[in-house]
Amino acid sequence: MSELSTKHLLGIKYLVKSDIELIFETASQFKEVINRPIKKVPSMRDITVANLFFENSTRTRLSFELAEKRLSADVVNFSASSSSVSKGETLIDTVNNILAMKVDMVVMRHPKPGAAYFLSQNVDSIIINAGDGAHEHPTQALLDAFSIKERLGSLEGKKIAIVGDILHSRVALSNILCLQKMGAEVRVCGPATLLPKHIESLGITKSTNLIETLEWCDVANMLRVQHERQNLKFFPSIREYSQMFGIDKKKLEGLSKKIVIMHPGPINRGVEISTEVADSKQSIILDQVENGVAVRMAVLYLLAAKTEINFSN
Amino acid sequence: MALNKKLLLSPRKVDITLRRLAQQLIENHGDFKDTVLIGLQPRGSAVLQKLLEILNSQASSKIASGTLDITFFRDDFRRRDTPLQPSKTKIDVLLEGKKVVFIDDVLFTGRSVRSAMDAVQSFGRPAEIELLVLIDRRFSRELPIQPDYSGQHVDSLIGDKVLVEWQHLGATEDAVYLETGDNE
Repeated sequence: MSELSTKHLLGIKYLVKSDIELIFETASQFKEVINRPIKKVPSMRDITVANLFFENSTRTRLSFELAEKRLSADVVNFSASSSSVSKGETLIDTVNNILAMKVDMVVMRHPKPGAAYFLSQNVDSIIINAGDGAHEHPTQALLDAFSIKERLGSLEGKKIAIVGDILHSRVALSNILCLQKMGAEVRVCGPATLLPKHIESLGITKSTNLIETLEWCDVANMLRVQHERQNLKFFPSIREYSQMFGIDKKKLEGLSKKIVIMHPGPINRGVEISTEVADSKQSIILDQVENGVAVRMAVLYLLAAKTEINFSN
Repeated sequence: MALNKKLLLSPRKVDITLRRLAQQLIENHGDFKDTVLIGLQPRGSAVLQKLLEILNSQASSKIASGTLDITFFRDDFRRRDTPLQPSKTKIDVLLEGKKVVFIDDVLFTGRSVRSAMDAVQSFGRPAEIELLVLIDRRFSRELPIQPDYSGQHVDSLIGDKVLVEWQHLGATEDAVYLETGDNE
């Protein structure tokens, strides 16, 4: 099996276990590539990729752009703030206009859930979802799972806790789906107001007790408190959140075992994670960032491989 | 279609050939001070391993070596039905100014070697690159590439297959076969 079962990467939901394994195997070779003196391979030199970001992003966009450039693809960037979206153009029109300029692949982040799926049904291009609202963020889940596998050797039977704002998080859903497909057990933990109702129907457990959750897990993925998505108050104060659901040195050292700490970034130091924990040996936050480029290279490479060059015209 | 499997090199012949190739390398590279032997993945690394066993038993110092995967440098990306799965690249030395010897089991169209010449530049600019192959399939080249050291040459048709089997990789013995279709 050296081929993905899907034409697009819209969400982890659409991948099967062998797809994820193939992405991991390919990513580990790309990780070696990006640690070479010359970090570039020519595979995608005849492919143009458009990065369409209808929502702000620094890390994901940079990571995708580096991945594309290290595969020698041509890259065009687009952000909603500086575009004709503000002039009232529809999503399909915007994308078709870009595709008319002979773009082969589209990487899109969009504030609306399902935007990537919608686009895949309406335009003729390869779509990679770089985050759609509070729905999915597949490449983040892949790089998180890859980083855990790298640290622990395997995901099978491992216990992973996702802590924080599960309600507004696309990282949480993609992570849950990906980790389950790879045979891990998942528990979400956070204030009751930020845990979606019926989240157990995904086949996971939930808890509002951080210490108990940390004792249970092998890996804790600390999500960011998303101030920008909270119109309502979901918890009384940042200080209280930090005391109840933030991880610090004292809580970490009070545990009976050494767990691995992750964070998808950007970190609010002192809120969900203290500086000492973020910079500790147990933290793999910077490995996640490095693996992000390798995993995105693997996804781009494997999807591009499914396209054919048309020599007829 | 029936397949004919003909023995090209017996275990004894494989051993003799590898020893000759090792001697030729010593002749040209002396103490291997500035030489790096690079096995082309996936199958060249098996030949490399065998050669190193012979060379290390004779050389006084350790010979630098590595393996190179060329998947991402191939010229048939998006032209194959299924993409190839990459193997591990392991080159711990800088190749800038070094004499590099590529090692592979079978030289056929020459396209892998072209990709390897491209891929190796990521580790520095070698002073020179040579090519050693166990089997040279003559008259089937698609690019102007010839080996500097060749174990055995064989004249074969495009549809034929040369199979190199190694005991240390699970085969019953070290041997080389030519598999031909029933062309009559």
